[in-house]
Amino acid sequence: MNRPIRVLVAKPGLDGHDRGALIIAQSLRDEGMEVIYTGLRQSPAQIVATAIQEDVDVIGLSCLSGAHKELFPEVTRLLKEQEATDIIVVAGGVIPQTDIPFLLENGVAGVFTSGTSTKETADFIRKAVAEKEGQQ
Amino acid sequence: MTTKSFAELYREWEEKTQQLLQKYPEQKERFETLSGIKVDRLYMPTEATKHDQEQIGLPGEFPYTRGVRPTMYRSRHWTMRQYAGFGSADETNKRFRYLLDQGQTGLSVAFDLPTQIGYDSDDPMAAGEVGKVGVAIDSLEDMERLLAGIPLDRVSTSMTINAPASVLLAMYIVVGEKQGVPANQLTGTIQNDILKEYIARGTYIFPPKPSMRLITDIFAHCAEVVPRWNTISISGYHIREAGSTAVQEVAFTLADGIAYVQAAIDAGLDVDRFAPRLSFFFNAHNHFFEEVAKFRAARRIWARVMKERFRAKDTRSHQLRFHTQTGGSTLTAQQPDNNVVRVTMQALSAVLGGTQSLHTNARDEALALPTEESARIALRTQQILAYETGVTDTVDPLGGSYYVEALTDAIEAEAGAYIDRIDEMGGAVDAVEQGYMQREIHLAALTTQKKVESGEEILVGVNRYRLENEQQPALYKPDPSISHQQLERLQALRAKRDNQAVEVALTKLKQGATGSENLMPLIIAAVKSYATVGEICNSMREIFGEYQPNL
Repeated sequence: MNRPIRVLVAKPGLDGHDRGALIIAQSLRDEGMEVIYTGLRQSPAQIVATAIQEDVDVIGLSCLSGAHKELFPEVTRLLKEQEATDIIVVAGGVIPQTDIPFLLENGVAGVFTSGTSTKETADFIRKAVAEKEGQQ
Repeated sequence: MTTKSFAELYREWEEKTQQLLQKYPEQKERFETLSGIKVDRLYMPTEATKHDQEQIGLPGEFPYTRGVRPTMYRSRHWTMRQYAGFGSADETNKRFRYLLDQGQTGLSVAFDLPTQIGYDSDDPMAAGEVGKVGVAIDSLEDMERLLAGIPLDRVSTSMTINAPASVLLAMYIVVGEKQGVPANQLTGTIQNDILKEYIARGTYIFPPKPSMRLITDIFAHCAEVVPRWNTISISGYHIREAGSTAVQEVAFTLADGIAYVQAAIDAGLDVDRFAPRLSFFFNAHNHFFEEVAKFRAARRIWARVMKERFRAKDTRSHQLRFHTQTGGSTLTAQQPDNNVVRVTMQALSAVLGGTQSLHTNARDEALALPTEESARIALRTQQILAYETGVTDTVDPLGGSYYVEALTDAIEAEAGAYIDRIDEMGGAVDAVEQGYMQREIHLAALTTQKKVESGEEILVGVNRYRLENEQQPALYKPDPSISHQQLERLQALRAKRDNQAVEVALTKLKQGATGSENLMPLIIAAVKSYATVGEICNSMREIFGEYQPNL
């Protein structure tokens, strides 16, 4: 692979907590990735459209309002609908452990909650992208 | 300026305080330690220096470093005001009534995000968010249900609402009217602090200029009609949660406060007409002494700003009164019971800093909304501090500590430098539009994150003393049927109300928004017609436009 990994960091829904999203965006840049941040209040449809348009490898979703069970699966559903399942979806925020299996079943590749190091997230993304490229 | 000696000032203070005590006695005639040692109201240096006199002073006296009241918690504890709200108006009403039955005298309403951003529950933008982080309020009808059976002449209500603060306040006024409580008897607070929404919290709607107009319209309307209402709660809480330092929290909050005062003066209001109703809202994080010093420094800076810069004469205009909430971002998802200890220390710093009211977070809030049990422990934490520890028995117990006074001076100086910088940029509104505070906060947040990841900053349970295979406790589970029920109620309302009357009210509001008249009476009229929060806010969106942040 000769181009850097491209990541869309996105805030679905109406949640205004963007400290985590901004830190992840900066940390992934520091790890050599190209990062686009959507800003607040993006609908799942807007996020998927931006991801396709920007040709990203990964979408990172952040939600702290408790709407993750509605909003994250909607993003993965729309990716499927638009035949863009090559885009890997990872997520973070205030997410109870008991909700994680549901999100993983619904197409989210990894969930990183409070206390995860940014390095761990970056390593996960690199590995997931490499595996995806190996499949193609 | 007359130069009275500190001894003279103290004698005057003592006389004033004795008179006050005749009217408002303290909670006990004699305060003493468990060993029976008498505890005095106030401890002071035997010989006062210039620093003691000018920087520290006396409680209830300018510059209020030692507190806004001469007797502080010896007369009355802080208000224990826990923020609550979830699901539907009916559910939240039940919780409120339960809390009032338990002796709570103040309510604090959490609204869901669609309400906070001016969307109806059936707006596509509201998908997934209805009733999640607070109660869903679409119309006056929901507000009537939220407040059913709650005597608004006796209960004070704090509402965390900003961009649509005018709309929710209008609803509260109308519900009061329907209960037979005149507006001049209503007491409570609206957050109504839009600048920190652009800086840190994210629930803005309109651009800064029309937003500032709505705020000054509220100041003017309340000064006339709802004089006991706290018209704004100028908030550092969210600035700190977004990653700022304690110094930045004070500096940016007070810079925002200066912008509101200036805007109201520019709109033709007399400073002493509205300034006594300004209130503040701060965070309490882990660095114990810095937090105590922060609250003391904030009071002193504000007193001087109001007296010297804005020439306020009413002493109530000089007094920074504040609510505190413990730091949400300091809670760890790992070993959540440890958070009870963090919250206790943070709450203690707020008490030693002289807070007027306090919310203590629940141990499981890094994982979900709190369970009832967690919320109860949070409240008990305050009750233990208030009734068991004796920290309330003397005023400003840390006053005069070399360390705390030096920190207080340092925070005042460093925050002052930030405020000067913001003044040079043209004030807080310009600084926000240039993204200045946002950048400073982001840089501070990144520094913290790097320190945590390198282990330089230790977080117990996160980067030290971790547990293998930790199991999370049972968490609060939201009711998935809430959204559906709310949509049905909204549809029913739209079918039964007089839609022509709604149209007329909204058209008048739009006309008013294009001019310069006070919008509060027009918003109250729209609310009375059962126009929804979304319809009212969309009408204003048409005229004012929406804020687009620079990324």
